Amino acid sequence: MPFLALANIKKSFGQTQVVHDFNMSIEKGEFISFLGPSGCGKTTVLRMIAGFEPPSAGTIHIDGKDQTRLKPNQRNIGMVFQAYALFPNMTVFDNVAFGLKVAGQPKAEIEKRVKEMLKLIHLEHLADRYPYQMSGGQQQRVALARALAPKPQVLLLDEPLSALDAKIRVSLREEIRMIQRQLGITTVFVTHDQEEALSISDRIVVMNAGRADQIGSPSDIYNRPATRFVASFVGTLNIIEATVIDPANGSVMIGDQSVTLRESIADKSGGEKLSLALRPEAGSLAESAKGDTALTGKVVSANFLGSVVRTRINVGGNIISFDMFNSPDLVMPAPDEIVTLRFSAGDLLIIRD
Amino acid sequence: MKMSKFFAWLAIAVGVTYFFVPLLGTFEFSLRMRRGEYSLDAYGSVFSDIQFQQTFGFSILMALFTIAFGMLLVVPTAYWVRLRLPQMRPFVEFVTLMPLVIPAIVIVFGYLRLYNSSSYIPFTGSVLGTNILLVMSYITLSLPYMYRSVDTAMRTIDVRTLTEAAEILGAKWPTILFKCIFPNVMSGVLSGAFITFAIVIGEFTMAALLNRPAFGPYLQLVGANKAYEPSALAIIAFAITWLSMGLIQLVSRFGKLTQSRP
Repeated sequence: MPFLALANIKKSFGQTQVVHDFNMSIEKGEFISFLGPSGCGKTTVLRMIAGFEPPSAGTIHIDGKDQTRLKPNQRNIGMVFQAYALFPNMTVFDNVAFGLKVAGQPKAEIEKRVKEMLKLIHLEHLADRYPYQMSGGQQQRVALARALAPKPQVLLLDEPLSALDAKIRVSLREEIRMIQRQLGITTVFVTHDQEEALSISDRIVVMNAGRADQIGSPSDIYNRPATRFVASFVGTLNIIEATVIDPANGSVMIGDQSVTLRESIADKSGGEKLSLALRPEAGSLAESAKGDTALTGKVVSANFLGSVVRTRINVGGNIISFDMFNSPDLVMPAPDEIVTLRFSAGDLLIIRD
Repeated sequence: MKMSKFFAWLAIAVGVTYFFVPLLGTFEFSLRMRRGEYSLDAYGSVFSDIQFQQTFGFSILMALFTIAFGMLLVVPTAYWVRLRLPQMRPFVEFVTLMPLVIPAIVIVFGYLRLYNSSSYIPFTGSVLGTNILLVMSYITLSLPYMYRSVDTAMRTIDVRTLTEAAEILGAKWPTILFKCIFPNVMSGVLSGAFITFAIVIGEFTMAALLNRPAFGPYLQLVGANKAYEPSALAIIAFAITWLSMGLIQLVSRFGKLTQSRP
């Protein structure tokens, strides 16, 4: 039985349905990310788990108990908000102690637990500070400690890194993952940043227009996107339009060039249009490059991005981007140069709409 | 550029003169009680007057009750409107602005008609009842200022997220309101309190028509019968108002300093 189970969850605001039949089973200790663009319904699902929004239909069970109609203060859930939401009138110590005080725990135990939590986030020395005396990163770590102090069953993180600068985001997300592993707490993390989701999750739920388009491990989501939306939202995947030539042996036309797919297209018919995905890092221009498939095209642009050079080529009207690692002897392709991109046929994935 | 600066300073100079000359004149006159020299005799006379002490004490007491009960009414209302009923905001703002457009004398006549000794709720039938009615009328008078100052303070904090943060940590409504919200709008509460204090101390119409021994009617009484004391009382009243305004500035500056930064 899953630890956190969302079954047939629906949510409407007036006439607008923002979550459609959402199902999800989360095991104890798992770190799940809800990934999607703004307005896809990820925060609404999170808020329904927290109890801030009642679902229009469906049930929410935590550890086998129905929580669907319980108020947020009856659920034993910890939550970290995008805007930190520390109480400005309280010190760091009092913020972290708040949940424990509300629960009526003895003073000595509160003090012990708060110190434990502040040690966990390496801020023991700032216990007497007020939120306005701290940086954004420090405030968010205090918010994490505050959420964890009452030992919640589930931890919800609502875009906790969005308001921070790039360097702190990376270090804090690693810290969050480390603490989550250390405590073994079931965690749901909402983000629109695919790198964040890929780097810290056990599983990712890619959401689109109130539905879960794909649920899978970061590797599955990145390497085997189930839909065109997932392919376009996660990473910088190339979507290539092709036409089926021979379904039996898997050959398709890309522009005026023929390619044989490794994936079966026996269910397709000749002349049918097909969308294929190709990762930018899958191709190479080197003649010595491994790969059983080649596409020739004209260079549109080549941009130096530091560690990689991103080149865009036009193959029969499809613009394909691919990345080459930077090295001192790398020769950047010139615009309008005719080049041959080599890759493995196995890297071409068929995309469903 | 220079010309516009000159006119700006000229406007300020005219304004300051218009405001301060009568005040200086009043102050100077209040010092002339002793013939041929300046003295504080008028102030001494005012402070030693038992009626001054009684009416001033009464008005202070009324002001404190007005602040306490007014805030108990205004803070939860502003909080609830901001959190759950934002669509009610225009209506609540309209209601809180009413005392500014309806003259105090109309309000008090309405009260007397509704709560006279032969009505269903005969507030004016006893001293305590009349005092309660006076406090209620002061709350009505100060509603525009109290509501606005509290609402402005609430705008500076993220009421919804703080409420949700407290709620998910297990807190119930009284804890959320009094431990998480109220202390963070204290600058607004204090601003509202000081302005209410200033209004109540000098208020005349309500107290006079409800026949209560407040400072406003006393000011009028002294003004009608004495020469130098009214000037001293005017300066004292101004000093109280300015002190209140200064304190409002102080607490709002303190409030800004303690805002959480991103």
